[in-house]
Amino acid sequence: MSLMSNLSTSMISSSSSAFLAPTSFNSSRSQSVSVPVKSIKICKCVATPQEQQQTAYKTKVSRNSNIAKLQAGYLFPEVARRRAAHLLKYPNAQVISLGIGDTTEPIPDVITSAMAKRSQALSTLEGYSGYGAEQGEKALRVALASTFYSNLGIEEDDIFVSDGAKCDISRLQVVFGSNVTMAVQDPSYPAYVDSSVIMGQTGQFQKDVEKYANIEYMRCTPENGFFPNLSTVAKTDIIFFCSPNNPTGAAATREQLTRLVQFAKDNGSIIVYDSAYAIYMSDDNPRSIFEIPGAKEVAIETASFSKYAGFTGVRLGWTIVPKQLLFSDGFPVAKDFNRIVCTCFNGASNIAQAGGLACLSPEGLEAMQEVIGFYKENTKIIVETFNSLGFKVYGGKNAPYVWVHFPGRNSWDVFSEILEKTHIVTTPGSGFGPGGEGFIRVSAFGHRENVLEACRRFKQLYN
Amino acid sequence: MYKLLACCSMASGISLQPKMVQASLGVQKQGNGHCTNVPRNVNLEKLQNNYLFPEISKRELQHLDKYPSAKVISLGIGDTTEPIPEKISLSMANYAHALSTAEGYRGYGAEQGNQVLRKAIAETFYKNVLIRDQEVFVSDGSQCDISRLQLLLGSKVTIAVQDPSFPAYIDSSVIIGQAGDFQDKTGKYQNIVYMQCGPENNFFPDLTTTPRTDIIFFCSPNNPTGHAATRKQLQQLVEFARDNGSIIIFDSAYAAYITDDSPKSIFEIPGAKEVAIEISSFSKFAGFTGVRLGWTVVPEELLFSSGFPVINDFNRIVCTCFNGASNIAQAGGLACLSSEGFQRNRTTECLLENSQAICSVIDYYKENTKILVNTFASLGLKAYGGVNAPYVWVHFPGLKSWNVFSEILEKTHIITVPGSGFGPGGAEYIRVSAFGQRERIMEASWRLEKLISNEKALFNSVENKE
Repeated sequence: MSLMSNLSTSMISSSSSAFLAPTSFNSSRSQSVSVPVKSIKICKCVATPQEQQQTAYKTKVSRNSNIAKLQAGYLFPEVARRRAAHLLKYPNAQVISLGIGDTTEPIPDVITSAMAKRSQALSTLEGYSGYGAEQGEKALRVALASTFYSNLGIEEDDIFVSDGAKCDISRLQVVFGSNVTMAVQDPSYPAYVDSSVIMGQTGQFQKDVEKYANIEYMRCTPENGFFPNLSTVAKTDIIFFCSPNNPTGAAATREQLTRLVQFAKDNGSIIVYDSAYAIYMSDDNPRSIFEIPGAKEVAIETASFSKYAGFTGVRLGWTIVPKQLLFSDGFPVAKDFNRIVCTCFNGASNIAQAGGLACLSPEGLEAMQEVIGFYKENTKIIVETFNSLGFKVYGGKNAPYVWVHFPGRNSWDVFSEILEKTHIVTTPGSGFGPGGEGFIRVSAFGHRENVLEACRRFKQLYN
Repeated sequence: MYKLLACCSMASGISLQPKMVQASLGVQKQGNGHCTNVPRNVNLEKLQNNYLFPEISKRELQHLDKYPSAKVISLGIGDTTEPIPEKISLSMANYAHALSTAEGYRGYGAEQGNQVLRKAIAETFYKNVLIRDQEVFVSDGSQCDISRLQLLLGSKVTIAVQDPSFPAYIDSSVIIGQAGDFQDKTGKYQNIVYMQCGPENNFFPDLTTTPRTDIIFFCSPNNPTGHAATRKQLQQLVEFARDNGSIIIFDSAYAAYITDDSPKSIFEIPGAKEVAIEISSFSKFAGFTGVRLGWTVVPEELLFSSGFPVINDFNRIVCTCFNGASNIAQAGGLACLSSEGFQRNRTTECLLENSQAICSVIDYYKENTKILVNTFASLGLKAYGGVNAPYVWVHFPGLKSWNVFSEILEKTHIITVPGSGFGPGGAEYIRVSAFGQRERIMEASWRLEKLISNEKALFNSVENKE
């Protein structure tokens, strides 16, 4: 197998998007796509050494043993690989993507106009700006504080604007370093575990239990209402917690989060609270960890415009590190985070930030709510479909994800079966951890007609 | 329980050196405040000061507080000042508008970057050296790429840097745990090899006396010295890397400023693909310092000692720790390069509209640089660089660079960057950046002339030896 074909396989990214230029590679989620035929093979991207010709020059630099611990490619490029392979097999298939949680609806005008305006201003003397503050533009930080955290005592200088939660998670790991232990929900968004492995916090992957040594996996199942039994959770330095949850869609109650904060306090732990889907909350659950008294001394919160404003490609998010959060020696965590932000980052794009500011205007907020309402309606349709087919369905109320139980079945098998028989891409639950085995995550982002068509196909398959 | 970390590493005595800034967050730990049990990352404890450029900003603000009506001219942080050419910002505006339409909306892009842009970068900058599209990874800039490369390499590799050098190489190395402890005596981190670059060795390290390290950071044209390595020098470097089984990380952020025959890419050197990674950026040639766009080239031929391709691991990092550069910024990048290509021949004649506009901005900054070089030369000071980079590296023999920085700031309201911020090899030097509006460059020149000629004695002093 040639080096090149091997690499082209492993290089397929989570999505293929293109600019409007006519010569560009176009990808549309609602029509059949032709993938350029390179020598793409179905190949699981595994972390094992490639075979090289004897004469190929090798440096003397050792491969990072932490990265070698990773078992496969990151989950979502893996899903994309399967999708691409499927398209090769069925070039005329009308593939519908309910896999990767990729937003599909256009961004409201009020927001894109602001970005267009800022772009054009960069061509003028008065409007040109170079390097921005690494922590983000002041106006945006102020707006974030007042929009989402007023009355919670979170101030603008506690807020660090970024190019998204995934990047922030890695930057937080860089702050923490390799000598901390962490706990994650099981199942959970794969970036927490993967970044932990890369950072060197974990031991080897243990195939028999499908877990990395040294990570505490907090099982979240229908049986425990998708909230871990904290009395059985070992103490760790860091606790990653996502609510509303990706992938289960579960939203933690005020009572549960109060217990979590107490747990962290008792153990001297830091909670990294992922609130990327907070705006999808329908119930009266906390949207921010800082609604819980005492949270400022134990928690960091990360958030994103991706699923709020369709900014998945625009790239904008934020992380809150309260002043009150201290390391064991009393040193403020925010100071170290700031140092990382200044050294390992150079600020989110100024154009994206202009968009973010527009999102938080009254008009912008209203427009965002409309799009979110649309995705929520999608979610309802999907929930109803699976319910009507007799499945046990979770989530879907407070998050754009539906977590469907296929008891006793291997989730990659179910994924493949669904893909093969209905041309629908979902995400296999085991990709989110061993606790996800037996589940499929169906994401509710998509054009309405695609969601309706997908539901028709599900009904056909499972009736 | 709250330890005060006053690290005044650079030298004793004069307190103009940067000190570890205490909680500018203004919080003192109260008696009853809760401390977590999470230990601070020991690597971050090893950092001696704030990152250099926020420190410079801080000084600027302090100065403005002191002299609210001063007309401060910033020749410090290399921040671009000239507007982005209209066609390019229009492309970005159009792309933004299109995101509001069903046909034009795009969600997640490929983490490695838009395919068309990757191809354009490969064809524009690496056409003759056969770098493939899939070897180009689009990013939100070099500073971020440097850290992602450190994540890739991990804590167990050793690095060499030029001395002086762009501080992110060293700082990111410390953060990831490669660097060992800081040694006050030498001003260096224990495990890092510092390759002295000065006028005495034509700003190219003596490789015969350089110990082997896994990684060699090399920036050309150089920030801060402005020196562009010659073809011969880079051949030596590639050979050195090859002999030692090392990987060069070549920073070509300023390649667009080269005016002579110096190589613009490490891949112009035969054999480089098996020993080098190249990073670059739209910041300084397109004014994208705020827009955020850059790229890294990892050749498929580059292998770890086990034979495992480095590109596979870099791709994994990019997919896991990053989510792609902003699609709007990428649209702008594509416009910069335009489908016809960013062709530039040796006489700096630009052939195409968009690139023409970019070339005139670069030429504008180059003219600024010339003015500054002449100013210092006329004052009898040795000024290096300035030919292939938008930086002038001025020597003040016998003086401490932070002192010179402060003196210049105090007396002329001009911000520069003290050389020792770039490493002990920068002692006695000041970096003057040439970004700025022409009138301000002229004004700055005039003020500097006045100061230095009036205080010849002070600036030629040999008393304050570093």
